[in-house]
Amino acid sequence: MINISKILDEIKSSPYNEIVVCTPHTGRVTFTDIKTGDRVLGPQGLWNDNPGTHLATLEREHNFKPVCAPDKGEISLVHKELEGWFVEAGTPLVVLRHMLTRDEVQRMILQKALHLFRAPERAKYYFTPEADKKIRASETRSMAVRDGMELFIMSRMKREVPLHYSGPDGVIYEIYFKYNDNLECGAPLIGVCPPDHISVIQDMVARVQTEWTEKN
Amino acid sequence: MDNNIEKRLQGLRDRLTYLLDIFPGKHKDSATLLEEKLSAYTAHANSGEPDNLYRELANLEDLFAYVESRLEDEVTPMDRVRIVRHPQHICLRDILENVYDNFTEVGGQDEHSLDPSMLIARAVVTRRRGKKIYTQSVMVIGQEKGHGAEFRNGGSVKPWGNAKALQYMSVAETEGIPIHCYIFTPGSYPIEDYPGAAQQIARNIYHMAGLRVPVVAVISEGGSGGAEAINLADKRLMFSHGYYSVISPEGAAAIEGNLKAGRRATPELIESCAQNLKITAADNLKFGYIDRIVPEPPLGARPWHYDFCRSLRQEILRATDEVVISTRSMPLFRGLTLSRHRNPEANLDNLHIRWGLSTAAKKRLVERRQQKFLRFSRQAAHDKRPFLTKQAAAFYDWFSKPWVSFKYDFYRKHQRQIKTLMEEINNEWEMLKNRLLAPWHSLTRKLPGRVDSKARELTALSTWTDDGRRRKWNYISPRYKIDRAITCPNSASYGCPDLWGPDLFAEFAGVCSHCGYHFPMEPEWYVKNIFDKGSTFEFNNEIEAGNPLDFPYFSERIAKAQEKTGAKSGCMTFEARIDNIKMVVAMLMGTFRGGSVGAAEGYKFVEAASRAQKNRMPFLSYVHGTAGIRIQEGTHGLIQMPRCTVAVRRYIESGGLYMVLYDTNSFAGPVASFLGCSPYQFAVRSSNIGFAGPGVIRETTGTNIPPKYHRSYRALSRGHIQAIWDRRQIRANLKQALLTIGGRNLYYR
Repeated sequence: MINISKILDEIKSSPYNEIVVCTPHTGRVTFTDIKTGDRVLGPQGLWNDNPGTHLATLEREHNFKPVCAPDKGEISLVHKELEGWFVEAGTPLVVLRHMLTRDEVQRMILQKALHLFRAPERAKYYFTPEADKKIRASETRSMAVRDGMELFIMSRMKREVPLHYSGPDGVIYEIYFKYNDNLECGAPLIGVCPPDHISVIQDMVARVQTEWTEKN
Repeated sequence: MDNNIEKRLQGLRDRLTYLLDIFPGKHKDSATLLEEKLSAYTAHANSGEPDNLYRELANLEDLFAYVESRLEDEVTPMDRVRIVRHPQHICLRDILENVYDNFTEVGGQDEHSLDPSMLIARAVVTRRRGKKIYTQSVMVIGQEKGHGAEFRNGGSVKPWGNAKALQYMSVAETEGIPIHCYIFTPGSYPIEDYPGAAQQIARNIYHMAGLRVPVVAVISEGGSGGAEAINLADKRLMFSHGYYSVISPEGAAAIEGNLKAGRRATPELIESCAQNLKITAADNLKFGYIDRIVPEPPLGARPWHYDFCRSLRQEILRATDEVVISTRSMPLFRGLTLSRHRNPEANLDNLHIRWGLSTAAKKRLVERRQQKFLRFSRQAAHDKRPFLTKQAAAFYDWFSKPWVSFKYDFYRKHQRQIKTLMEEINNEWEMLKNRLLAPWHSLTRKLPGRVDSKARELTALSTWTDDGRRRKWNYISPRYKIDRAITCPNSASYGCPDLWGPDLFAEFAGVCSHCGYHFPMEPEWYVKNIFDKGSTFEFNNEIEAGNPLDFPYFSERIAKAQEKTGAKSGCMTFEARIDNIKMVVAMLMGTFRGGSVGAAEGYKFVEAASRAQKNRMPFLSYVHGTAGIRIQEGTHGLIQMPRCTVAVRRYIESGGLYMVLYDTNSFAGPVASFLGCSPYQFAVRSSNIGFAGPGVIRETTGTNIPPKYHRSYRALSRGHIQAIWDRRQIRANLKQALLTIGGRNLYYR
């Protein structure tokens, strides 16, 4: 049985993701006017077309390349000692703390609590007609799956092959794909949990939605 | 107070609101006077005697009329812009109801239309001669901004609205009825969805250049490309309070003030731009771009000005009659009829002329229209060719005409027979020569030291005669001296490594070796690397861009551009060869004031098209870059859209092959006319093609557009261009296109 309180407490103790911004290649580093505690923004705009906050400039062969923040967060560490130095590729420059949002926390917990069955290759996926009928007809979270069950049809370039579920027996808690969408290799298709875990997981989602306070 | 008084009072209130709106912050004393008098009368109206009330109301109306006529003399160009944009100003449906005798809307109805801002109707005019009554039909096409303003989009027509207009122009052509175009648009709606704002306007202009029915256009609000979509007419009339301009004064002010997105220009700057752009009817009549002004009542026509509608009816009938009469073949008869119709006292309702045209008259009509547009704006460009050079060119034209005519009209037609005859004569001559020289040959064959060339050709190794150009470039961008690495803009998505500047701009021809991103290159690079070495011959380079409107500080800016680029205008015209295939090229250079097109550039383009036509050569329009029409030249620039399209149409119809190749950024007017009308448009990978840039789209439509909205691949998907070429392959692709589209020896049908 999963211990929700333990997982939540674990996340609460470090309610952020640490993002280490490294140099993409060698070069001389010049930091912009940033310091620990500053809030920075990730890429902005409807299409993420405006780059994030400018953190540093990396110069190589007279080519000045901006290093920008990849996500929203707070600067927890700036390696100011590298100012003006020629550094190697992959040298950490800035550490950002990206405060987790409610949805991110929920996704993290679900990933821990559910067994994710992933797409084996880039293709379109469908449920088999029998499974599809059951999912549509029955209530959500009542479709039982077992190891080796023929559950999906993988369609690519007019080639359709059946795909068998592999993993622990249980019910489908979450469906992560849509019909007619191309999925990348490794993208989760369904999240499965044992039937007696459903109520626990639902309780956990409710607790995250009510208890988690977004800090950004 | 009775209803009649209330109704007239409401009319006066509307007139006061109108006056306050078109003179914001100006003539306050007049407005206050009218306001006081009106409120005093309203207060008094509920208690006064009916007789007195009517008399006082008539006095009040006279006072309004007097103040309006007094203010009429002080109307500035920007006030005119506000007049034509005002919701109370007359619009197309009012005209249809009051100028024509009856009408049926055909291109949709109110909001249930493909594009409600484009209104199309079949209208009839009833005229009499003696006791007989004649009914004549016309196709009325125009933008509508009122009578349902919520769905009319302010008269800003979407591409499919213009396509609809084109469809009904073809219908009118089939039916042989004249077309009356009414222009009430601030500009076209700048979206690229198929058929595309620019490409559809180009198609409209191209089609109108050859319409075989009389076309009369009436301009009220003539905003740039949107207006040009239905404006290529035999007669162009203009309302006295209208404006006809290349750009809205606000747009011009934003460019002049170099304002970033979201910032507004000051009213003073907008006012001065409106003044300097010379957008009024009087200015355009002086330039010759319109034929006549239709006088409006003081402060502009409104729907209740029935006298104005009557005079408009007379003018539009007169214009249509004049067009029809001018196509007649007998000059004396034509002159007499024309003078009768031109008489301002004549009542056109009592003069009837058949509007149908014979086949020969249709030809004359189209020729007259095309010649009219080709004559426009020549005075606005500085032709600095010496007198003798001009005369020599004219003499050469005159002299070469019979030769060209013999070569292409006679020789090419009878080429096969002449060739067969010549071959037979040659065979006979060879036989005779061999017999005569036989004794001499038998002697020399036995001489020592004679090498048999046939034997050597068959036994020696062949040599590699590939095109040397593939190994190195004839011209290298001066930027190859740059001492730095350069980041490819696609490096974030494709992981391109940095490129070393000297490699990039020399060997790589400005192309990222990893993802193929094209960095922009100079126009010289193309001239020297695409065409055969030393084959280019520039002509008309003495035609210089000027400042025909005396736009403040613009002469200096032109001089600066000339100094920077070494060119006299933004268009370079030259003859060139690709593997000995001759062609005429007009190149718009993005380095000269963004490649904007003004009177000089249009002049050179038209001359190049006519040169290609005369010499039977393919005509390539290479667009290194163009930002649109040069706004500081006002309508002198705008008129290049129909003018150059007419030149292109004449060239294509005479059998020529016209191709367009886009590079870097190509936007606005030129794409919406003489470039977009080409059936063969190609683009280099570096190009962005569209009607308006992202900033303008954001300003006018209020929506953000996704990144890379104008990239060539998007234009290809939308069907605006035919293919995308790699810069390093332009020469090979161009040759391929010339051979496959034109044929080996047949660039001229």
